[in-house]
Amino acid sequence: MAEGIHREGAKSAKAINDSATVAPLRFTQYLRAVAAIVRKDVAAEIRSRELISAMLVFSLLVVLIFNFALELDRFARENVAAGVLWVTFIFAGTLGLNRTFAAEKDRGSFDGLLLAPVDRTTIYFGKLLATMIFMLIVEAIVIPVFSVLYGLSLIQPLLFAVVLLGTLGYAGVGTLLACMAVHTRTRDVLLPILLFPVTIPVVIAAVKSSAGILLASQWSDIAIWFNLLIVYDTIFIAIAFMVFDYLVEE
Amino acid sequence: MIEIRSLTKTFGLKPVLRGIDLTIQPGEFLALVGPNGAGKSTLLRIVASLARPTFGRVRLNGYELPAQADPARRLLGVVSHHPLLYGDLTAEENLRFYGEMYAVPHLKHRIAEVLELVGLSKRRADLVRTFSRGMAQRLAIGRAILHSPQIMLFDEPHTGLDQDASAMLDNILKTVAARDSAPRTVLMISHDLPRALALAHRVAILSRGKIAYESPAAGLSPFDFARTYETLTNG
Repeated sequence: MAEGIHREGAKSAKAINDSATVAPLRFTQYLRAVAAIVRKDVAAEIRSRELISAMLVFSLLVVLIFNFALELDRFARENVAAGVLWVTFIFAGTLGLNRTFAAEKDRGSFDGLLLAPVDRTTIYFGKLLATMIFMLIVEAIVIPVFSVLYGLSLIQPLLFAVVLLGTLGYAGVGTLLACMAVHTRTRDVLLPILLFPVTIPVVIAAVKSSAGILLASQWSDIAIWFNLLIVYDTIFIAIAFMVFDYLVEE
Repeated sequence: MIEIRSLTKTFGLKPVLRGIDLTIQPGEFLALVGPNGAGKSTLLRIVASLARPTFGRVRLNGYELPAQADPARRLLGVVSHHPLLYGDLTAEENLRFYGEMYAVPHLKHRIAEVLELVGLSKRRADLVRTFSRGMAQRLAIGRAILHSPQIMLFDEPHTGLDQDASAMLDNILKTVAARDSAPRTVLMISHDLPRALALAHRVAILSRGKIAYESPAAGLSPFDFARTYETLTNG
């Protein structure tokens, strides 16, 4: 009696599948499941502050080390700034990606996600968005610090678009590979080894786009790299959508 | 209803399950016991749609696995020795998360009901990492029944619990299995022979990847069951 408020069994599932409203219903449930995973990861991170604090401290240390190690004049700084910035973002992002599925696996809750009666790509998109949020928070803090240390104005709308697309591409591939690596014993080492070669196109495109924006190049010079970012993001997220279900199967 | 036919699972060349045939009728509670490595957890993971069989058929209330895994998962509630909970979320937040994943209607009301059922209403706002093992396992049962599944799978749910916590868990498992509206179909994996006899309608012994023995629990003495188990698993 206490638990009898609803029962959705075989008949109701079939009834839903047979109805004309199946597509919008399923899509709404898909989005709700993605949002639930994102909310859960963000809420857990707000409580534990394990991931963002580690990523942030690491990023700031990298920026500081590069700043003191290179000791460049203003002209040279403008040329290397984009590279330093993206190396910082990528290393910090790898820290986050390493934990995105490992934390679920370690506490045994990954099966809980797999048992949910929703398309398993919801897990991929939920984890991708959560990782992106963590990376973007870190990037939002690092960029002003970077601007001060390198004496460059990084507060530019087009640069924000590049940061968003670059982060999406990196987190998109990284989330897929993190899911593959989590089942291995050497996952912490394996993820960067798998991830860095695959993300070379997105890193090059992000660095070239960012450098073009910082050096106030013509849009025609930047556009090719900007478009490459969009194409890369689209292709790899589509691939992830197609193969993720197979990756999580035993 | 759970129907398993000729189920075989191999890891590499090593067979773990070798032609399992098993039917659990609607409302029936079957306890499957067996030594470590007999294939109990593998069997349960296949029925839970977490692993694919190498060969054979599994049907849950008519849904064929793995082809119809998505609707079949809606029928399933799984309680394992891992509580499948998040320590950095409160009890209520954990249930809300799973409720959203299962699209449970009237979620707030349902969460209150479930917390009441597992005796955790007063701890609803506490982080799960502050819970004892017994409390976490009770909440895990709450998570598993949140969407009112018709089939329950218990994978050694008493692991790591002391006697008092185990007794409390037994009561909750009995309540969950014998709900008023319609009894649930239950498959429980266990090492604990007396507990399996006490909880289940029917018991089965899995040995070396095969069902070696099946019997109704009523009328079977713990002594005879233990002797049969020893013979089949050590012989």
